[in-house]
Amino acid sequence: MHDTPEIADRHDAVCVIGAGASGLATIKNLREQGFSVDCYERETSVGGAWNWRHDRSPVYAGTHLISSRPLTEFPDFPMPDDWPDYPDHSRVLGYLERYAEHFGLRDSIWFGTEVVGVAPVGDGRWDVTTRSTGGGAERVQRYAAVVVANGHNWAPKPLSVDTSAFRGRVMHAAAYKDPAQLRGRKVLVIGGGNTGCDIAVEAAQQAATVWHSTRRGYWYAPKYVFGRPADQVNAKLLQLRLPLRLRQWLYHRTVRLTVGDVTRYGLPAPDHRPYESHPVVNSQLVYYVGHGRITPVGDVVRLEGSTVEFADGRRVEPDLVVTATGYLPRFEFLAPELLDIDADGKPDLHLHAFARRHPTLAVVGLVQADAGLFPLAHWQSVAVARWLRLRATDPERALAVQQKESTRPLRSWTRLHVVPSSRHWFEVSHTSYLRALGDLLDQMEVAS
Amino acid sequence: MSSRLLRFEDWTSPVPPVRREVLSALPHPDEGQPPLLFVPGLGHGGWAFREHWLGHAASRGFAAYALTPREHGSLRAYVHDVVQVAAGLPRQTVLIGHGTGALVVAHAIARYPARAAVLAAPVLDGWAALGAALRVNPLGTLPALVGGALTLNRKQLFSAETPDAYAERLTRTPSAVARSLFAAPAPAAPVGSPPVLVVGSPDDRVVTRKALERTAARFGGAPLLFPGMGHDLMLDPTWQEPIDAILDWLVKELAE
Repeated sequence: MHDTPEIADRHDAVCVIGAGASGLATIKNLREQGFSVDCYERETSVGGAWNWRHDRSPVYAGTHLISSRPLTEFPDFPMPDDWPDYPDHSRVLGYLERYAEHFGLRDSIWFGTEVVGVAPVGDGRWDVTTRSTGGGAERVQRYAAVVVANGHNWAPKPLSVDTSAFRGRVMHAAAYKDPAQLRGRKVLVIGGGNTGCDIAVEAAQQAATVWHSTRRGYWYAPKYVFGRPADQVNAKLLQLRLPLRLRQWLYHRTVRLTVGDVTRYGLPAPDHRPYESHPVVNSQLVYYVGHGRITPVGDVVRLEGSTVEFADGRRVEPDLVVTATGYLPRFEFLAPELLDIDADGKPDLHLHAFARRHPTLAVVGLVQADAGLFPLAHWQSVAVARWLRLRATDPERALAVQQKESTRPLRSWTRLHVVPSSRHWFEVSHTSYLRALGDLLDQMEVAS
Repeated sequence: MSSRLLRFEDWTSPVPPVRREVLSALPHPDEGQPPLLFVPGLGHGGWAFREHWLGHAASRGFAAYALTPREHGSLRAYVHDVVQVAAGLPRQTVLIGHGTGALVVAHAIARYPARAAVLAAPVLDGWAALGAALRVNPLGTLPALVGGALTLNRKQLFSAETPDAYAERLTRTPSAVARSLFAAPAPAAPVGSPPVLVVGSPDDRVVTRKALERTAARFGGAPLLFPGMGHDLMLDPTWQEPIDAILDWLVKELAE
């Protein structure tokens, strides 16, 4: 292939897409492995999902972490130890800004620049087409590798029910920013995930009437059990390496003893075992249901006129419907086959990170775990950086590592027994996942 | 190796936060050099660096900080405090540990990607250091073996010319704290491959020349030696030589 004059060759440099938590960790860890990095960020500052200053951020005023500080911070850049167990979103953004400042990452980031195309050129290298978000000409640059860290919480998943005939206001949780939007209204919140529960609780404090629609019953884990953050107690069980069945039983007992039987409150019983769905951490939902401020309702089947109808035939008349249906990953700049994306839009990646047929293409941060994402994104990006370094310095060893990795059983790093939903496409147990990543890092260590 | 990734201890029982004493000397103007964080060893506090080294580093353009170890600490708590303070500074930090503070730094750089690290008169092999302490200062050391406090004396730490007043500022170390440092496991490999410098004196009565060489070899170098000085390089009348050598090395490393 001939270089066309307008393609600027960046030689061994690596392109990182997105400067949120995952992108920042990727820049830092690639630079530690000696790579020069160009990171493209379409917004004008760092922080990604946590950067509430831009429209695509899913953050609302009351957003707090649902995993506690020690299980959320970057392993090599702890959050201040005098912060609360569950910091709020503005602290998290401040933390990411300090991370970028501390490691001097802004030198590597091109803000206000969108990646519009990433195409392989055949020798493992990539042509990356970028454009200023303000418009203007496209620019093509050639990179040795591409790491995608564009997040998966910004493209709202549409509601499966048609809302066009509904006269009230319908908005996705992504557009929900402030409890004032709920004040005095009759609100229906659709979705039993963490956001849906949070908004239902905020509505319970602000709105006139609140219905909360969920498709199934969930395990509502309290934020604290036995006076400790719940995830720290859970980590203790994982440390003891108790078998899953025993942990499920203990989880069940703990929830029974602390939260109690949720069906007593009128909530549906969970239709799955603990650890088979993404944890919903909310201490207040059940409280407000018990106070009659939230009325649990079933799955929505129709929205028409001023009425919403549920699966059990029940009808209510909300004037505001908030759909907390979650988000879908989107990679518009990549041909779907590069990430083995199936018809539903689900990419198939080794360790949810490495493109199976393109050794110089990886995704960082595309996991959902029973702990914070930042530590996982950190170790993913360390593994990606080491892998790219090994490939450059010792291609034979790299090939051997790749062959060994291809035999790693799926169940060793991802959760197979989960409720079938796009919510759980990337669901992992953080300890199993980190063990798999640690094992990969060890293999590469021996090699170098 | 997976313990590096699976940090159950931190996840299940985080180190309790304390108010930390951090002394500082800042350059004017700040030209953007990485900050230096000095970490004292047993018996010492941040004051040991404020005497000379902090001000001198600031006069050469480096923002310089010294952390006083928490009371009733442990290796784990000290490492936690160093990483907390380092991560709280605006730029990637250079960690400089002295004595058992160098042991803390050696463990801290396995957690935090320091810009560079300096191990001054490092006590990395606790048992060898304990043997040396028993020989030079049996009365101060023996009680620590049976649950009493560890007391350091001037003969161990200072050269003959060092002012006596410093000896009065040394604090006694509870046995449990001393034990957690002397029985520490070997530090894991540093993260982010920082350059590491080992400095010391062949006339140090706590750290033998052999121990210095072993430590330096571990980090892939040879120790920088300052004959005639005692263990407490920063309090010695000739304190300026080692700090200048450290800063010269640092300037050279930063330029690369």
